[in-house]
Amino acid sequence: MLRVSHLRKAYGALVAVDDVSFTVDRGKLVGLLGPNGAGKTTTLSMIAGLVTADTGSVDIDGKALSGETDPAKRRFGLVPQDLALYDELSARDNLRFFGALYDLAGRELDDAIGRALETVSLADRAKDKVKTFSGGMKRRLNLAIGLLHDPDILLLDEPTVGVDPQSRNAIFDNLEQLKAQGKALLYTTHYMEEVERLADRIVVIDHGRVIADNTLDGLTQSAGVPTLEAVFLSLTGKSLRD
Amino acid sequence: MALIPIRAMVKKDLQVFFADRRAVIMAFAMPIAIASFFGFIFRGDSQGNQRSRLEMLIVDQDSSAISQAIISSVIADQNLAATIVDADTARSRVLRGASPVAVVISRGFGDSAKAALVGSSGRPQLRILYDPSRSIERAMVNGVMTPHVMQAVARAVFGDGPQLQRPYDVHEEALTARVEAAYNGYAHSFAGMGIQFLLFAAINLGIELLTERQRGLWTRLRSAPISRVTLLSGKLSSATVIGSLVLFVSFAFAIIVFHVSVAGSLAGFLGVGIACALMAAGYGLLVASLGKTPNAARGASIFATLIMVMLGGAWVPTFVFPEWLQKITVVVPTRWAVDGFDAMTWRGLGIESAVMPIVVLLGFALLFTAVAAWRFRWEEA
Repeated sequence: MLRVSHLRKAYGALVAVDDVSFTVDRGKLVGLLGPNGAGKTTTLSMIAGLVTADTGSVDIDGKALSGETDPAKRRFGLVPQDLALYDELSARDNLRFFGALYDLAGRELDDAIGRALETVSLADRAKDKVKTFSGGMKRRLNLAIGLLHDPDILLLDEPTVGVDPQSRNAIFDNLEQLKAQGKALLYTTHYMEEVERLADRIVVIDHGRVIADNTLDGLTQSAGVPTLEAVFLSLTGKSLRD
Repeated sequence: MALIPIRAMVKKDLQVFFADRRAVIMAFAMPIAIASFFGFIFRGDSQGNQRSRLEMLIVDQDSSAISQAIISSVIADQNLAATIVDADTARSRVLRGASPVAVVISRGFGDSAKAALVGSSGRPQLRILYDPSRSIERAMVNGVMTPHVMQAVARAVFGDGPQLQRPYDVHEEALTARVEAAYNGYAHSFAGMGIQFLLFAAINLGIELLTERQRGLWTRLRSAPISRVTLLSGKLSSATVIGSLVLFVSFAFAIIVFHVSVAGSLAGFLGVGIACALMAAGYGLLVASLGKTPNAARGASIFATLIMVMLGGAWVPTFVFPEWLQKITVVVPTRWAVDGFDAMTWRGLGIESAVMPIVVLLGFALLFTAVAAWRFRWEEA
């Protein structure tokens, strides 16, 4: 469904992403792993159209994305790492605003809001201001906004940072449901156990380049180590990153 | 253009604006409070107000018939508020700034003035002590004293025969375009403060945009399939709506409480207001595009705004500026806004007098928005 081909992005002499290619199929979750500064967020930003790639392309079902108003962007749902929410507004008003950016209005918008809130178990807090929410609730609302316009492809940038185990588990359940619905999910995280539980395939990036692309079993077997964390350290080294 | 996203952005910005109690107070209560104060101070000679009287002290060291006559004449003058004091009190009060000016009639002044009038001796001095920060009052007292002194000395020399008198009467007429339109100082002060706080509200919106970027909200906005034009239009629209609210609520208060009237063209008044709000909205976008962080943008833009409103005549009318400065201030948008509002309110002029301010303000709105769009950091690193 999603094909990323030879993406490259440089900021002056610094090459942030260099010839990155991978695919994400319908009903599958691909974990995008890498140390800090490896190029994960830049890759995600290029896919979402936030950053223009120097070279390379992003295709959905064989059709390349072109421009910021390409209707195909509707097929993406972005869940950014930051809690991109208006604290002063209620959960419903946040959803109403972001839904309108995708031209949702009236009954269609109301139904979409209802579904999204049900999915993340926040229907009973719809009218409460976001500033009264816990960190976990905010994370779930962050996810709900990404799901609101029923995208085919979900781009999730560290969606469980700073949440308690209960909320994290609830988010995992949501992601499993989305996979079952046939959505394609691209998921960046530093938590190896999340990828072990959720990912159908794992792409490891370091210094802007793809250094591994395989299933969990494939990675552990080829590296000859028992865990994903051991694979990760063997691929990226143990030196500290900024 | 995508109307649903633009409408949603305006609604959201209004919700966020009204959720911030401090911003609301800043936008509505502050201009009303400050404009009321300035309006009271500079309320001028409007209907129902007492004519302002020039305050002065007078010291009689001569105690002659002539000095007594001068003092009686000065006290009877409706334009003056004279208080008789001794020399030490006069000096002390002027020195402390408690009184702007004091006239001292020195010992022997009457006799010397009589002799000087018929040319038999040199002229005595009438001493004027003044606060150097109040030179206007000094010049006024200097002029005002002349007829009082001339009459008193002439009567002493020539007796009750024909007296030296001013050979004309003065007819004063305050000029506004409509006979029924009286000057109301509140009209000017509410225009000035309305514009100032409209710009402050625009700065807040610009800073809000920078904060949205910091909080990752901009990432989410940019990931939606909407164009840069739609995004900027949404921000421009919400800033214009909020700016218009700030201006017109402020004026509504002035109309209800201080009887300010739109004596000129109502359409011109609304046109100047909306053009002014658009200009401020463009200014807000400019702040967002040039500012790197919210705090840095706030400091620089508040400074720039204060300079603009000061030069635009929002605090004090531009006619008190030196001539060269008056000429320069036409490059400041606030000058056109203030002049436009003055023309449509107390001057009572027709819509033709609003055209130029509206055109210039729209020109500034276009300029600010174009530079903002050009300099705006669209991409997320």
